[in-house]
Amino acid sequence: MAERSFAREVEDLRLGAGDEFRGEGILAVTKALLQSGVGYVAGYQGAPISHLMDVLSDAQGILGELGVHFETSASEAAAAATLAASVMYPIRGAVTWKSTAGTNVASDALANLASGGVTGGALIVIGEDYGEGSSIMQERTHAFAMKSQIWLLDPRPNLPSIVAAVEHGFALSEASNTPVMLELRIRACHVHGSFVAKDNVPPPFTLRQALDSPVRDVSRIVLPPASFIHEQEKIHKRWPAAVRYIQEHGLNETMPGDVEELGIVLQGGMYNGVMRALHLLGLADIWGNSRIPLHVLNVTYPLVDADLAAFCAGKRAVLVVEEGQPAYIEPALHAILRKADIATRLNGKDFLPLAGEYTAQVLAAGLRQFLAAQMPSLLEGAAPAPAPAPQIQALAPVVPPRPPSFCTGCPERPIFAALKLVQEELGQHHVAGDIGCHLFALNEPFNIGATTMGYGLGASSASALQVKAGKRAISVMGDGGFWHNGLATGISNAVFNKHDSVVLLVDNHYSAATGGQDIPSSRASNQSRSTQHPIEAAVRGVGAEWVRRVDHTYSVARMRDTLREALTTEAPGPKIVIAASECMLNRQRRERPLFNAAVKRGARMVKPRFGVDEDICTGDHACIRLSGCPSLSVKDSGDPLKEDPVAAIDNSCVGCGNCGEVAEAAVLCPSFYRADIVHNPGRWERAMARLRARVIGALQRRRDAGRLALV
Amino acid sequence: MSQVTTGLDEPISVAIVAMGGQGGGVLADWIVAMAEQAGWVAQATSVPGVAQRTGATIYYVEMVQGRAGSWPVLSLMPVPGHVDIVIAAELMEAGRAIQRGLVSPERTTLVASTHRSYSMLEKARAGDGRAPSAPVLETARALSHQLVAADMQAIAEGAGSVISAALFGGLAASGRLPFGRDAFEATIRASGVGVAASLRAFSTAFEASLAAPAPLPAAAEPARPAMQGGSKRERAVVEQALARVAAQFPPDAQPMLHHGLRRLVDYQDGAYALEYLDRVARFAARDGLPAHALIIEAARQIAVAMSYDDVIRVADLKTRATRTARVHADILAAADQVVETTEFMHPRVAEICATLPAAMGGWIEGSPALSGLVRRLFEKPRRVRTSRLWGFLQLYLVAGLRPWRRRLLRHQREQAHIEGWLTLALAQNDPALTLEILKCRRLVKGYSDTHARGESRFDRVLAALSLLAGRPDAAEWVRRLREAALADETGRALDGALATVASL
Repeated sequence: MAERSFAREVEDLRLGAGDEFRGEGILAVTKALLQSGVGYVAGYQGAPISHLMDVLSDAQGILGELGVHFETSASEAAAAATLAASVMYPIRGAVTWKSTAGTNVASDALANLASGGVTGGALIVIGEDYGEGSSIMQERTHAFAMKSQIWLLDPRPNLPSIVAAVEHGFALSEASNTPVMLELRIRACHVHGSFVAKDNVPPPFTLRQALDSPVRDVSRIVLPPASFIHEQEKIHKRWPAAVRYIQEHGLNETMPGDVEELGIVLQGGMYNGVMRALHLLGLADIWGNSRIPLHVLNVTYPLVDADLAAFCAGKRAVLVVEEGQPAYIEPALHAILRKADIATRLNGKDFLPLAGEYTAQVLAAGLRQFLAAQMPSLLEGAAPAPAPAPQIQALAPVVPPRPPSFCTGCPERPIFAALKLVQEELGQHHVAGDIGCHLFALNEPFNIGATTMGYGLGASSASALQVKAGKRAISVMGDGGFWHNGLATGISNAVFNKHDSVVLLVDNHYSAATGGQDIPSSRASNQSRSTQHPIEAAVRGVGAEWVRRVDHTYSVARMRDTLREALTTEAPGPKIVIAASECMLNRQRRERPLFNAAVKRGARMVKPRFGVDEDICTGDHACIRLSGCPSLSVKDSGDPLKEDPVAAIDNSCVGCGNCGEVAEAAVLCPSFYRADIVHNPGRWERAMARLRARVIGALQRRRDAGRLALV
Repeated sequence: MSQVTTGLDEPISVAIVAMGGQGGGVLADWIVAMAEQAGWVAQATSVPGVAQRTGATIYYVEMVQGRAGSWPVLSLMPVPGHVDIVIAAELMEAGRAIQRGLVSPERTTLVASTHRSYSMLEKARAGDGRAPSAPVLETARALSHQLVAADMQAIAEGAGSVISAALFGGLAASGRLPFGRDAFEATIRASGVGVAASLRAFSTAFEASLAAPAPLPAAAEPARPAMQGGSKRERAVVEQALARVAAQFPPDAQPMLHHGLRRLVDYQDGAYALEYLDRVARFAARDGLPAHALIIEAARQIAVAMSYDDVIRVADLKTRATRTARVHADILAAADQVVETTEFMHPRVAEICATLPAAMGGWIEGSPALSGLVRRLFEKPRRVRTSRLWGFLQLYLVAGLRPWRRRLLRHQREQAHIEGWLTLALAQNDPALTLEILKCRRLVKGYSDTHARGESRFDRVLAALSLLAGRPDAAEWVRRLREAALADETGRALDGALATVASL
């Protein structure tokens, strides 16, 4: 079950013609899919499109009514391959993932799909994880679109434009027998806005019809000689068809302005930023009116040469706004103008940065340079760019960085505490990382992990490091990555190649980093998915023999001993340690309401939490360096004799037990205590507690009486 | 083509800077809902991603009064110099917003919670790694158009709510949005979750934000501590100690000496406090530093060294009545709840021998067979339930060993270590160097391995003194070595600093 519930938002998917839909951009996409008569949807979760998957997952009722099939794919490759249903059948299908990470994984299927072409509209909703908030390598999906000839939509970042892009995306795909990518940047995915809804449309041709009357056509399959024909078709049939559709339906928008000597060609996704930059320079208002004409590319691939030539012709200069690198549109536009013999000057990444996010500030600076070069008179009324105040510099050494980290009570923290303790004994080891929450071990206080090669590739990224040596390589892989592809590329590969290293599988019962979605080994029973398939059975199934499972990762000592054994045993083959405890975020979300309800009902409930005796803590913070829990912090000691702050646990503590285990396993310090708060204790329990308190109180008073205190 | 109407309409822009998990999204949703309720057009966006996991993140809202037939084009990200309101859910996040240029003196209302949530780097440092709040607050005041600053976290906790509700109150109090208090409260009510607590937090924050910041209370040091309890004889000894402080030490050093006396009388007895004064007095004669810095530092460090943390001390502190009360307060236990406490003890051979009479402890430690036996019998993690009679009694009895402490192995070792340190400090002609040597005691803290590591660093820093002999900047070097010893847990910084000293 995902971290966030969309039970309320799901109701909005039922809105009909004329109703106003309000919400996030990515939720608008889900509604647009249903309005477009989509037949099936698949995808792999990950910011910024996790909510699309989560909302559909919560909307299975509506999807069932409409006859829409929904899959939570095992990986982006699986999702992309799902689109095969649209190759021969007139069924609209949509898939989604985080890009470029997911597109890398999906590209095999995408290339095959794009070669043979599609009959039903095939839409790939891409969450372009680029710029601020991104967690992946900074690349462009544009390159994938070009290499496989998949059309790329980049709509203006407002809900009506995004919804229109979904609807046109399917139609364009069908008109040109080509899959279409819809690229949404992070902020567009999360933008709150509204649009006027239409009625949902059940798929006119159903999956059941396809199954009952199957169709095949060998010319659609990537096999010589068809593959050579596909290449010709792409250029001679599908491309012109796409250009025709784009022109006929006006997918790209030309917005007039009175300064006709100049123009700006921009990706649709850049529109709001460009308009704000123009507004800052006094050249646009906030109602969509610009003094400089704009040509907005809601379709960034293919380019419509004739439209671009027409926009540029007769102008003194045009600025291309194309975010990311390398640039593809700008060189293409140079070629278009050269071939059409149009002398308009073209600027782009000479005034705008070659790399990095195009924020409104960056855009304003680039526009300023463009205008200064091409028509300085326009800048006369513009206020100068504000200079940063000198005091800001002084804050640089003060404000500490705050990278993301493990949550309060996270079960992965004790795993890395144990690994840290083992490394204190056996020395530093090469640790290959993976993708997932466990990657936070890279930072303070653990400083563990040397590389990360991709989702589920932790074990295979230690493949070369398998020679006999004094120390073994350790690789880390999460359960999300394991099911994504790690079972084959990591475990099976390690068994087959007789690896000698240690594989640490972090099983937190969910795909936790992407929002806590269920995966095959999730423990909860999920009505629409088959879960509870243990990782241990899977690794044994592919031939792993040395397998140890620790079912309570908070047992730091056990975790440490198991890792030590894995690193020192003489057993051959990969040594697999499965460290399994439920993601605390999900566990709290599940248990807290039940707990509170039980307390309200008057049931006896025990809530554990930890504390630190401030007068026993010496302020060495060794515990923090082994834990890193957000709820374990520091505070003033209140004792003038203690200069350094003491450790303190705040009330966000969930009582996971890690503090006590770490204090014990590392023989840290006796200042930790666990307090079990008993809600609604029984009469007998209360009486006993009172009795004990009375005896203990008497003993305490006795000792206090003999003690002289200075106050 | 419609005419460009520049300068006529400006959206109101609000940036919310927070840590993942603080509810910045809830606050953004409230602002949007309130604006839409008032007939405005509002757009919000965010870049949550992986920052949701406790990292620094930002939410951004723009709103404008709607216009028939037109739809505004709003920005998806804040532009430095053009943000009307910045709401910071933590002080350093306010600092980060200032660093990003989001706060401008011409325009920006900054609503900031002054509480600190320390970053991992700040917390993990062995010494005090906390970033100072004052520079951020000063810059916030200087660079904002209007500053609303209050401890929103404390207000929220006091109301049993979350920080977003308190920040919403601060925003309302700033008066910067064109909506009245009623509209804010109606928005909270309409959200339907934890309404009563949210409204309490909102209201408290609203009032606190309007109130002028209270001046910091001047810390008044009590003149002379009063005695409570104790036998007549003991009172006479402590009386003598107090009289010595008054007679023999300068007034500005007396508060720290009183702290020392308080600690040591509590730790051992009056006689021990007199020994303490003897030790500090050796430095009084040497004090050539302004404001009696040497005496004050000696008073502090010697008190800490003499009240070393042994098993008896830990057991003593864990079995006091004040401790029971503190635990109940810390965990917010209600009167009708039962609280069970469990302590985590891990006695090792070293601690067990240290708590035996010196001769016996030394004998066992020296014999591998005996210490092996003790290890097998006693060395294991122990969870002691101090809320139960048996668990309590175990610690109570250990605490009762206090009168015999002076005869135990640990005590003899500690005294020898203290004497070595003080002798070394007094052997220097440069009072500044003496001061720095005293301050090095800060390196020795923690328990078991941490303690051993600290002590070894302390020894290594002081061993470098032979290399620094006669140098006019020796004190400065010792200070640098001490900072290096506190800088990281691997000890690499100290190795580097020692190598530098060796190359001088």
